[in-house]
Amino acid sequence: MDMQTSSLLDRLFSAGLLIDTGVDGLYGRSGAFEDVITRFERLIDRFGGDDNPEAIRFPPGMNRAHFEGSGYMKSFPQLAGTIHSFCGCELDHVNLLQCMTDGEDWTTEQKATDIVLTPAACYPLYPTIAKRGALPAGGGLFDLQSYCFRHEPSKDPARMQLFRMREYVRMGKPADVMAFREDWMQRGTKLMEQVGLPVEIDVANDPFFGRAGKMYKNNQRSQNLKFELLIPINSVASPTACMSFNYHQDHFGKTWDLKTEDDETAHTACVGFGLERIALALFHHHGLDSGEWPETVRQALWG
Amino acid sequence: MMNKQVRQLLAQYGSLPAALEDLGNDADLYAAGLSSHGSVQLMLALEDTFDVEFPDNLLNRKTFASISAIEAAVNGLVGERDAA
Repeated sequence: MDMQTSSLLDRLFSAGLLIDTGVDGLYGRSGAFEDVITRFERLIDRFGGDDNPEAIRFPPGMNRAHFEGSGYMKSFPQLAGTIHSFCGCELDHVNLLQCMTDGEDWTTEQKATDIVLTPAACYPLYPTIAKRGALPAGGGLFDLQSYCFRHEPSKDPARMQLFRMREYVRMGKPADVMAFREDWMQRGTKLMEQVGLPVEIDVANDPFFGRAGKMYKNNQRSQNLKFELLIPINSVASPTACMSFNYHQDHFGKTWDLKTEDDETAHTACVGFGLERIALALFHHHGLDSGEWPETVRQALWG
Repeated sequence: MMNKQVRQLLAQYGSLPAALEDLGNDADLYAAGLSSHGSVQLMLALEDTFDVEFPDNLLNRKTFASISAIEAAVNGLVGERDAA
């Protein structure tokens, strides 16, 4: 970890914008920090609301069966978080308390529940929509926001373990889905311009696990399936992905048997906003006191 | 020999919807329905069968684009292994 990274986190703690919990990547947020996220989401609405997406809000946990069916563990086992609970009898409880008293591992007998922490806001959506039957004519467009979990403890404040992702998801025919993604790459750039953030868009890959992952990464890049909108936060040399534009081809369509109105396998794409990262970019570029931000930026966010 | 083994592994791990017998050695396997996941499964099976390891620069779509391409890659790796 370089000095600059730890100092940004320290400055955010000192300013009270983030609140230390003792776990890297797990932070409280101040009212001022939350206000920026709320205002930024309203700005997103102004860019995406006219398309009349169907808004759905899932809690940050998803059905374990849906998680298993999604294939997430094939690609990102290292990032997943499962929810376990005590399911024992009274004697097991006594033993558990004894373990805690003795400073031993009391978690070994915890049993997996039916809930897994949501890894990306759109994961609960695909099986939900597939269950409705074939998509209507023209496909579907959805507006999502959820806290997401990824197990990657870090002192980089731009790499939190629990963070919010706002998403628009398009389902339908390949051409419609790709046009949606293309459109949002332009909208994203315009949107960030309005709040005075310098951006670049580049081809990217997901952090697939292991040697098989190396091949998934190369395939994803060579087919231009993922682009990221990057903004310098910790470093100019390696700017941070604050938005991503993902074309899944027929991956989720096949996985969930999601059909278009003419019974073809649906293609899907999503555009995601990393809300905490965007807030951090704003604080980094315009200062830790949002009341002192440039007038144009304040105008775009607070009106 | 190699061709037959590659075809066998492709049938077993490639999850292709089409019958392999109808597929020419130079036919585009992606057009024939080889998925990203299928190509990864096939890669791991080839490594196991021929006791080779694909280096990072071969872990891409081009390497697995056709039966001939796969044969060429595996032949190269087997040659390197035996020369070492």
